[in-house]
Amino acid sequence: MIQKKIREKAKELLEKKVVDLIVGFGEWTLPLRTTPIFIRTPEGADHLIWNSFCENNLATYLHKFSHFKVGVVVKGCDARSITALSLEKRFKPGQLYLIGVPCQRMVDRRRVKKAVKGEILRAGEQGDQIIVEGEDFKTALRREDFLYPSCQVCIHRTPRQANVLVGDPVEETPMVETHPEIKEFEKKSPEERWDFFEKESSRCIRCYACREVCPMCYCAECFVDSSNPKWIEKSLSPSDIEFYHIVRAYHQTGRCSGCGACERACPMEIRLTYLTQKLNQDVKELFSFETGIEAETPPPLSTYDIEDRQEFIK
Amino acid sequence: MNLKLNKKDFKPFLQTLMDEYDLFAPVQLTEGVSVYKKIDHPGEVDLSTANPQKPMKEVFFPQSETMFRYEKVGEQNQVVSTEEVKRERIILGARPCDIQAVSLMDEVFSGKEYTDVYYINKRNITTIIGMACGHPFSTCFCSSTGGGPFLRNGSDLFFIDLGESFLVEFLTGKGMTFQKNKFFGEASTEEINLAKALEEKALHKTDASVPVKGIEKRLDLMAESPFWDRVHEKCIGCRVCTYLCPTCHCFDIVDEALTNKGQRVRNWDSCLSSLYSLETSGHNPRPTNRERTRQRIMHKFNYFPKNFGRIACVGCGRCILYCPVHFDIRQAINWTSAKRLKLQRGEPLTNP
Repeated sequence: MIQKKIREKAKELLEKKVVDLIVGFGEWTLPLRTTPIFIRTPEGADHLIWNSFCENNLATYLHKFSHFKVGVVVKGCDARSITALSLEKRFKPGQLYLIGVPCQRMVDRRRVKKAVKGEILRAGEQGDQIIVEGEDFKTALRREDFLYPSCQVCIHRTPRQANVLVGDPVEETPMVETHPEIKEFEKKSPEERWDFFEKESSRCIRCYACREVCPMCYCAECFVDSSNPKWIEKSLSPSDIEFYHIVRAYHQTGRCSGCGACERACPMEIRLTYLTQKLNQDVKELFSFETGIEAETPPPLSTYDIEDRQEFIK
Repeated sequence: MNLKLNKKDFKPFLQTLMDEYDLFAPVQLTEGVSVYKKIDHPGEVDLSTANPQKPMKEVFFPQSETMFRYEKVGEQNQVVSTEEVKRERIILGARPCDIQAVSLMDEVFSGKEYTDVYYINKRNITTIIGMACGHPFSTCFCSSTGGGPFLRNGSDLFFIDLGESFLVEFLTGKGMTFQKNKFFGEASTEEINLAKALEEKALHKTDASVPVKGIEKRLDLMAESPFWDRVHEKCIGCRVCTYLCPTCHCFDIVDEALTNKGQRVRNWDSCLSSLYSLETSGHNPRPTNRERTRQRIMHKFNYFPKNFGRIACVGCGRCILYCPVHFDIRQAINWTSAKRLKLQRGEPLTNP
């Protein structure tokens, strides 16, 4: 039982004072969701939970606790973000203790909600099914049909860099070879691609939830917030919105673990991962590099070598 | 007087409104995401979702609004103010929570101390057709915040969905002028009774137990409470809750300038943003998320009541539904009334 092991490990770490606090997932008020929680006492560890709704990337919170020793519950993608952040020297050696969970892939709550009529009041899991209940219905859905796109393509579900694994490693194969939206996107002409991007980003309300949930977005001052120099205006004009989205995606190249947190955070359901995952795919093809897999290899776009390919210079 | 509108006449009815007014109503942008927008074709109106993501405030107080434009022509500076909106407007399909929220915004934008021409212009020329909330969500707590799913306050006309038709109530002088619309017919006693039954049912469904009563006084004592150290912890500092809040009304005025011309624009602002209280010197009196979360809660439940005698929350539940990390304002309110929070011992804040 993964949940039991997470609690035991968390309790032990807090009792032995290996860490000051544990960042994990807890139960909250809405069905199909969990919430990030922060545990500081051994007794508190019993609030930690594990299920298919642990969709947040908890690596984001580590920036907040730079003065503490932190234990953190991680999925494969969260651990990859942490490795990438370590390469960017965001943590002191030995500051973190990763409680690694081989991930079962997370459930896309929005798709579940759209699949049933009426409000879901209770949700749970039974084997390979998600059971959702409302006022006058109870339905079982096949879990496999409701996984996040980023989870469907995920290969590295077992957190390699974890200090401890609380479950058996899972196989390193994706459910689907290519991100379904990238496949569609690649078929389009440049004009159609732009139309798609324009249509998606037109819903943006500039709440920056995609930026704030992302563990890799930690710049002390984001370029959109800078007033001197001013790179971008703050209103809802399409060109400013599009500029933000393009720069956000490009800034992730070779740094994004593909966790999909940005897309899940968007209240306007703007599709975002087709951009970042496409860039990930390109980096993999061009440089044989995947974010956060090797603890010592820096991302290709952050290094320089005289042997670098130069054919793009014309 | 109660009349009714058959749903089969709904689109032609909308057309009659559009002939004379600019019509604003919920429009679906993509599956599951909608906003209030100016309607070009009656078919765009989508009343299937209870509340669009973005609240009705946007019609009066757009997220980005140009106040005036300026240009230097030769040696002359020319300033052109944004034109007054002349064509009368109708908002259709607004839920009682959003309508309540606009009455709170009225306190700020057309209050005793300050009147905002941009807001008042649009507010004065708008007729509001409220829509009863027959199926409140489990996240709805309007009954706790002084509202209700069938609250008529603020509506000029009020529609109640009866399945095959809408029962139509005329609540103000402005609303009465619509009585002669050719698509309205006599409502039967059964239909009026059905509406009453639906109202009864909806009332039972919204959560009336969130302890907002007395919260202003409780928060008076909590400015420096360790409560804030914990309550903010999971907040990532995005602006979802404030931008989607029907009552949040903070704005930021900026000049969008090119070499010799530009425009002054006001954009929605958010107390959860690091820029919100950043001063020119670089000093920020609200340096972390802790102070920003406190500002959000305090403004709604302490400062606003102090200024206007009412809390600035209508219980629509959007901030709960759309928060990326599942912050639940109901819990924050609950905790302010907890007898003893085990904060010092560092235990997690859990469901009371």
